[in-house]
Amino acid sequence: MAQISREEVQHLAHLARLELTDEETAHYAEQLSAIVDAVARVSDVAAQDIPPTSHPIPVTNVFREDVAKPGLPRDEVAAAAPSWEDDRFKVPRILGED
Amino acid sequence: MAPVMDGDLVRQDAATLASAMQAGEVSSAEITQACLDRIDAVDGEVHAFLYVDKDAALASARVVDEQRASCAQLGPLAGVPLALKDVLTMRGVPTTCGSRILEGWRPPYDSTVVERLREAGVVILGKTNMDEFAMGSSTEHSAYGPTRNPWDLERIPGGSGGGSAAALAAFEAPLAIGTDTGGSIRQPAAVTGTVGVKPTYGGVSRYGLVALASSLDQAGPCARTVMDAALLHQAIAGHDPRDSTSINAPVPDVVAAARNADIRGMKIGLVRELGGEGYQDGVRQRFDEAVTVLTDLGAEVVEVSCPNFEYALAAYYLILPSEASSNLARFDGMRYGLRVGDDDQASVEEVMSQTREAGFGAEVKRRIMLGTYALSSGYYDAYYGQAQKVRTLISRDFAAAFDQADVLISPTAPTTAFRIGEKVDDPLAMYLNDIATIPVNLAGNCAMSVPIGLAPEDGLPVGLQIMAPALADDRLYRAGSALEQALVDKWGHELIEEVPAL
Amino acid sequence: MSSTTNTRMAFDQALERFEPVLGLETHVELGTASKMFCSCATEFGQDPNTQVCPVCLGLPGSLPVVNAVAVESTIRMGLALHCDIASWCRFARKNYFYPDMPKDYQVSQYDEPLCTNGYLDVTVATDDGPREFRVEIERVHMEEDTGKLTHAGGDTGRIHGADYSLVDYNRAGIPLIEIVTKPIVGTGALAPLVARAYVTELRDLMRSLGVSDVRMDQGSLRCDVNVSLAPAGEPWGTRSETKNVNSLRSVERAVRSEIERQAAVLADGGRVIQETRHFHEDTGETTPGRSKEHAEDYRYFPEPDLVPVAPSAEWVEELRGTLPEVPSVRRARLQEQWGISDLEMQTLVNAEALDLVEETIAAGVDQAAARKWWTGEFTRMANEQGVALADLGITSSHISRVESLIADGSLTDKLARQVFEGVVAGEGDVDAVIAGRGLVVVGDDSTLLAAIETALAEQPDVAEKIRGGKVQAAGAIVGAVMKATKGQADAAKVRALLLAHLGVEG
Ligand SMILES: [Mg+2]
Ligand SMILES: [Zn+2]
Repeated sequence: MAQISREEVQHLAHLARLELTDEETAHYAEQLSAIVDAVARVSDVAAQDIPPTSHPIPVTNVFREDVAKPGLPRDEVAAAAPSWEDDRFKVPRILGED
Repeated sequence: MAPVMDGDLVRQDAATLASAMQAGEVSSAEITQACLDRIDAVDGEVHAFLYVDKDAALASARVVDEQRASCAQLGPLAGVPLALKDVLTMRGVPTTCGSRILEGWRPPYDSTVVERLREAGVVILGKTNMDEFAMGSSTEHSAYGPTRNPWDLERIPGGSGGGSAAALAAFEAPLAIGTDTGGSIRQPAAVTGTVGVKPTYGGVSRYGLVALASSLDQAGPCARTVMDAALLHQAIAGHDPRDSTSINAPVPDVVAAARNADIRGMKIGLVRELGGEGYQDGVRQRFDEAVTVLTDLGAEVVEVSCPNFEYALAAYYLILPSEASSNLARFDGMRYGLRVGDDDQASVEEVMSQTREAGFGAEVKRRIMLGTYALSSGYYDAYYGQAQKVRTLISRDFAAAFDQADVLISPTAPTTAFRIGEKVDDPLAMYLNDIATIPVNLAGNCAMSVPIGLAPEDGLPVGLQIMAPALADDRLYRAGSALEQALVDKWGHELIEEVPAL
Repeated sequence: MSSTTNTRMAFDQALERFEPVLGLETHVELGTASKMFCSCATEFGQDPNTQVCPVCLGLPGSLPVVNAVAVESTIRMGLALHCDIASWCRFARKNYFYPDMPKDYQVSQYDEPLCTNGYLDVTVATDDGPREFRVEIERVHMEEDTGKLTHAGGDTGRIHGADYSLVDYNRAGIPLIEIVTKPIVGTGALAPLVARAYVTELRDLMRSLGVSDVRMDQGSLRCDVNVSLAPAGEPWGTRSETKNVNSLRSVERAVRSEIERQAAVLADGGRVIQETRHFHEDTGETTPGRSKEHAEDYRYFPEPDLVPVAPSAEWVEELRGTLPEVPSVRRARLQEQWGISDLEMQTLVNAEALDLVEETIAAGVDQAAARKWWTGEFTRMANEQGVALADLGITSSHISRVESLIADGSLTDKLARQVFEGVVAGEGDVDAVIAGRGLVVVGDDSTLLAAIETALAEQPDVAEKIRGGKVQAAGAIVGAVMKATKGQADAAKVRALLLAHLGVEG
């Protein structure tokens, strides 16, 4: 039985940048445990010698010619930005780094 | 010459409308206006659309009419209106994916599907409602409120493409585009009595399709008839160099296949694991009757076994959330969309977290966390890694089954449309809706849902799923069209005509 | 005892007690015309956010497509580093949130790099002559660069203390190759020099392959320097990872600084913390950054939007055929061919004159003369003008012409220097400068003899000495003649004429 604790939910929420409420944390801890229990059965069948499939259709070597083309007009890029200054995206201060 | 059509414009199928336009009986502007009027009249109740651009739709209809007047060579769907799922980008038109986090975002570029629709002269009416980021089977998880099933407004229209399916069933549009990650085209088609096709993975470009799970997502046609679906399929499919996973091969001639609806000698495999327990009685009954019809049409029905399908749902609910947790990371409030908590004091990390907390709904957050868990170090091998092995096993099951049969069939969904609110916070119950549709997404091959009648116990539509090997999409149309014709002959009308008046 | 102390142990002392282990992770921007996964241009220094599109901005719905030249460049680099080229590999997503990363994941390669298991031989000069080290390469893989952050507000211009930041995504999606070494052991006190020599060699290799012009001043080569010290009797120490060391000199200094710092920590009974550190150009020291005690969980998984890369054996062989000679092999060959010493070769390499000299020799100029010009006069001129030697404007045909004029006596060395000054000043080719400046060797015997007689008359005592057999005194007269002819005479000829005139044996 997978038991996903509230602490673990908090850790996952941090990795995923979700600021969960306490109520949500408790709720998700319960639901995620149940879901993980239900999906854990993938381990029942998949033996070591079975190759994993990441791409459903086996295509390889799809490349693009190295030719530069114009991108988007900057005013269209700026139009979508929640905050914009000096031709750049303005973002809140970054902590945790020197 | 007899008129191509009679009766209400909005109830006509796309092929009929196209012929009428070619015959000069009606203009695209008239058809488009009729659809817009219908949307005005019924969408308050149905809520299939999130955005309708009347002026733009009428303008593009008039362009087609002018082109036709000047004898230009037009595609078979030129001038026919269409409802576009709000998960595909369209330049300058709001694209929300049913989420608050993208509210107000107007993409600066067209998806390839939209580009091809424009080239085909298809008139895009607007954007349809969906479960947020296509996560759901009921369209209840839209941040903009649920869509209702035209067959019974208290019931769900399926999901995630409930808006597109409901628009068809409510006669708001003759054509629609859906996307199918685990059944989001087929299951809504089944519960609304319409036709929906998930093409072979890579058959339709994903460029401009806001990704849920990249290795599973596929856009496809939604319509009221198999022929209409084929015409739309033809218009949007084909290689696109902007999508690395796009197949560089000719599109199977699906229109010819729909026209040549002869299944004599076709081997049809009945998948033992997709039926029986857990399937509603009325669903099973209609399915069994349809099998008899197929046999009567000269097909040879055999039973096949796909033992690993039992694990498909589990594998799917590891692979999908994993890919989704990564695909949805970009919604962080930095470059577009919602930003919450930026008070000049909060750090970028806090603003990202508050934005995502406020901008995503419960189901999206649930799946992001599940995916984050499945990919995290220590769990990857047991969950994501194992799920990918199950994927291999499912492909092998399909390969073995297709050695015995040309196409496979099953009920599309285990039940008819359930009531709004019934399963909304019971994820495991909700996930079971996709039990029959998921294997195809995992293996990458193609499938269609066609209506096969109403369940006796609730009078709601039932769909039959046809599955074909990768790149053999034409087989879906051959079998689907044959079944459709036989049933229409049997009933004396199309099933969709039984939708109650709104 | 924490690792934040600035205490350092003297380098020599540190090396007596500990054995350094190095690891280098080098990111280099490839010189492709377009980005790694989209068609945006890669030009440096353009206006912010003018080389962006839905793909490199990570807009919803956009999809990546791999740049063929980036793959070829990586394979060629792998081959040049003697790596195995994977017959099948995938891209992976490295998931973490950061505002300079448009998708909040980086498309990179994880457990399936394109190239693995290679090596690069480097040479460092020691007091006992040159020593060669083989640096083993763990992997070479492809990935995409991030956008560029500018920190605003606050007063430092640094990230710490800034009120907010601004992001330019022009750099986002520029193709990078990352080259990771295996642990480099056994270098002892030469560790800083080996690190520097390795990065230098890597840079030269990339340039010779033409896969990148490696403009370190523009940040197109960035090095993460891992250093650990193995205390005597212990096989391995905890390593620190110094990020973004962006010049050759800094690589050397960062290694030295970390050895001195870690030695002090260990000697004091402390423990080295596994952490990311930052190198400061001004002080030559490192300071702690993010602690790696709680390692970030990147949740790598195969990138589903890109299909696997599976280079065929034929393709790899075709690319192998395009490889130029490895720089070290080429140097050895040229040294042998020209018959020059290690030191002379080192001088050429340091002056970045090897290509130019080789070209000049190919144009028919004597090797000694070619080397002399490029490492002497031309290097001085380039330094003076602050330009690269190759950008001076002097070509091998200029040199070849000047050398032939010297050979037939039409120019002297001194005049030749003036000719080159004219060429660099844009006065035209060799003959145009000679004509324009009137640079003619005063060559006819009668003019020279007249000047010799004048000089002898002015310095009778010197004349006497020469007549008396003191031939070395002739220099004073030759000097006077050269001065009188404004340097436009051939000194050797003047000397010969003088001695003959005085009837003295040279
Ligand atoms: Mg890297
Ligand atoms: Zn771009």
